[in-house]
Amino acid sequence: MDQRAELPAALAGVRVCDFCGQLAGAGATKWLAAFGAEVIRIEDPVRQGRWDILRGVGPYVDERRGIELGGGFNNHNVGKLGITLNLRTERGKELLTEIIRQSDCVTENFAAGVLDRLGFGYDRLNAIRPGIVYVSNCGFGHAGPYAAFKTWGPIVQAVSGLTFSSGLPDQPPAGWGYSYMDHTGGYYMAMAILLALIHRQRTGEGQWVDLACTEAALTLHGPALLDWTVNVRPSRREGQPNSNRSQSPPMAPHGIYPCAGEDEWIAIACRDEADWRRLAPLIGQPWTDELGFATVSARIASEDELDACVAAWTAPQAKFALQRRLREAGVPCAAVQKPGERVDHDPDTEGLWPTVTHSAMGQVRVDGIPARFSETPWRMTRGAACLGEHNEDVLGRLCGLAPAEVAALREEGVI
Amino acid sequence: MSALAGFRVIELASERIAFAGKLLADMGADVILVEPPGGDPARGYPPFADDVPGRERSLWWWCYHTSKRGVALDLDHPGDRERFRALIASADVVLESEPAGRLAALGLDYDDLKALRPELIFVSVTPFGRGSANAATPVTDLTLLAGAGPAWSCGYDDHSLPPVRGGGNQGYHTACHFAAMSALTALFWRLTSGRGQFIDVSMHQASNVTTEAASYSWLVARQTVQRQTGRHAALVMTQETQMRCKDGRWVNTGVPPRAPGDYAAILAWLVELGVADDFPERVFLELGAAREKPITYDLIGVDPEATEIFAAGREAMALIAANVSAYEFFIRCQRRGVPAGVIYSPEEAFEDEHFRARGFQVPVEHAELGRTVRYPGAPYKLPASPWAISRHAPKLGEHNDEVLGETAPQEA
Repeated sequence: MDQRAELPAALAGVRVCDFCGQLAGAGATKWLAAFGAEVIRIEDPVRQGRWDILRGVGPYVDERRGIELGGGFNNHNVGKLGITLNLRTERGKELLTEIIRQSDCVTENFAAGVLDRLGFGYDRLNAIRPGIVYVSNCGFGHAGPYAAFKTWGPIVQAVSGLTFSSGLPDQPPAGWGYSYMDHTGGYYMAMAILLALIHRQRTGEGQWVDLACTEAALTLHGPALLDWTVNVRPSRREGQPNSNRSQSPPMAPHGIYPCAGEDEWIAIACRDEADWRRLAPLIGQPWTDELGFATVSARIASEDELDACVAAWTAPQAKFALQRRLREAGVPCAAVQKPGERVDHDPDTEGLWPTVTHSAMGQVRVDGIPARFSETPWRMTRGAACLGEHNEDVLGRLCGLAPAEVAALREEGVI
Repeated sequence: MSALAGFRVIELASERIAFAGKLLADMGADVILVEPPGGDPARGYPPFADDVPGRERSLWWWCYHTSKRGVALDLDHPGDRERFRALIASADVVLESEPAGRLAALGLDYDDLKALRPELIFVSVTPFGRGSANAATPVTDLTLLAGAGPAWSCGYDDHSLPPVRGGGNQGYHTACHFAAMSALTALFWRLTSGRGQFIDVSMHQASNVTTEAASYSWLVARQTVQRQTGRHAALVMTQETQMRCKDGRWVNTGVPPRAPGDYAAILAWLVELGVADDFPERVFLELGAAREKPITYDLIGVDPEATEIFAAGREAMALIAANVSAYEFFIRCQRRGVPAGVIYSPEEAFEDEHFRARGFQVPVEHAELGRTVRYPGAPYKLPASPWAISRHAPKLGEHNDEVLGETAPQEA
């Protein structure tokens, strides 16, 4: 990771009053914090922050368990400040009001309408801090017939077509083996925040951005949707989906093939005739010369047969050795890497996994950012906050409370 | 005013970054797409409008190049390089994914261009990052998602079936999301500092940090997740969350029911369908409905009653699914407060009343074909600085005169 201390932070001076949790929200404000925004994450002391289901869930660094020890929670919340506010109390609401008054942005990914019912809908936020940026992120958005529906990442993926379009023929949907739309919903939320902050910086004008994760997901099928609206060709048709094959442009072979060992695989893609002419001699078997495989259209016409031939050739080979041979010949390929292989043994992920210090967990590695900035590097040094870890700091600086006053609020159940 | 109105982006045409340019263009940036005089190869990507091939008819091209203007320049030609440099003098952002070393050889890399435009933000998006020993290694979306982790986590319980690459070129999309986030972060900083910078995005790294627990289970605990049909890869095999409905289509039941109200709602539904008496675990649904608190995961497998209730809830969902259509299952679950989702194809989602009501279908005029085409709409709604498709994808060289006329080199 780039930690050139003397360089400035891109978002220094931006303060975010953050209610985000899970990954779909927390991922967005993680980006802001990495670039120097002051992200103040607000949690509910009564429920010990358990609205975020990741708070106490593994993986764990050791045998200890509990709400301060969730590995995913730490991963998604590095660099943020954490405070507790009981918004059932008037004093809690007053303190929140004071924090909002000094913030540039309010972010949340509650179900639609929750923040409004807490008394902090957009009109109120804008009254407290005129020109504030408010970004809400929920499954179906704040308007439309399904606005009240609730989602998790896999449900967003199901309803938006992402689950359907990932799979092999004659099988159920394979979908995504993780919440791709929690990650990606977070990316869209970060973009929305940055866009609104840029607009505010240039005009002074704030706004409420309504982000619906399902809608963001639906933008990720562009060519398939235009094939529908222009050619009336549905994705739900015979032989589809078959997502290990190329949808566009035509490529064959194009698949994931077995290698020697248990659950070892390699992806190979021939983009054009030149790639095929590089691959065929490496295979060195008579079938590669057959006319049925001579052109990309011929290979696609007999792709099942082609794939069986390629698989028979790859099956006895070690995946990384085969990857090396194919890459030397210029054929696009990649061993299907297991987590340990790509995290610990792949030179192309060096610098991507910074170690942060978490007050309870200790030193932990986390997902970094896949971009190097020459003038404003991202930084990750501090782990996620323990519950209320920064109460004294934040309430002292922003609300003018002395440590004894903060302690009294804790006694009273306000924080 | 659009959020990025007045910012000019120069995009060197590549399939790998087309979506990043679209994200900025649809927010109002003046994105100028630079292609070689023969056209970018992606103009030949199917499908084509009316299935008639043609360099202005690729729907791939239409989709990824909305709201951009296009110029054709031969950067191997000195005169066109001068025109390109003149264009850079007016640019705020460059987006590029050129083959390793090509821009430096042409004298058009960041160090060359920042001399012309010190506040330039130069976003390089390459398969493995600028400094990689693999900089010249060819990739596709498939090989990226295989090498970077996503494929390991996607597929089926049956591990004799290969891991699956999710559809839709999401490896490219993920890199483009990071490219856009990076460009916006740098633009914000430039508004306050006046300074530009060089940004080196690695596509391989972008997908590496987009695998949720697969990465951090290893980072935190050196544990390896295993792929499972239609649900999260996990350390151990979990129970299925996809169910097939009466109409043969699938639903995702998400997190299985755990709250007392969920069990009451499920039982009521079984009664309504007339199958409650056929359901042997009915008593456990009643016990679940009578609980004071939701069942938490730590009880499952430990507390016998909670374990039975949890299992009964799941089985009841399967019985309901077998008796209703996938769409009905989705709607009725959600109206009862139970999160669930119908597994739509992309076009089924596109035509759904919810997205239509939100204005997701956006008409774009294609005057040359005498028709209006419905496009996918905004990923987010910024009412004060709205998303919009300002024009359809540019024809080859369509804006050469208009754009290059504005920025022509002095001597030209």
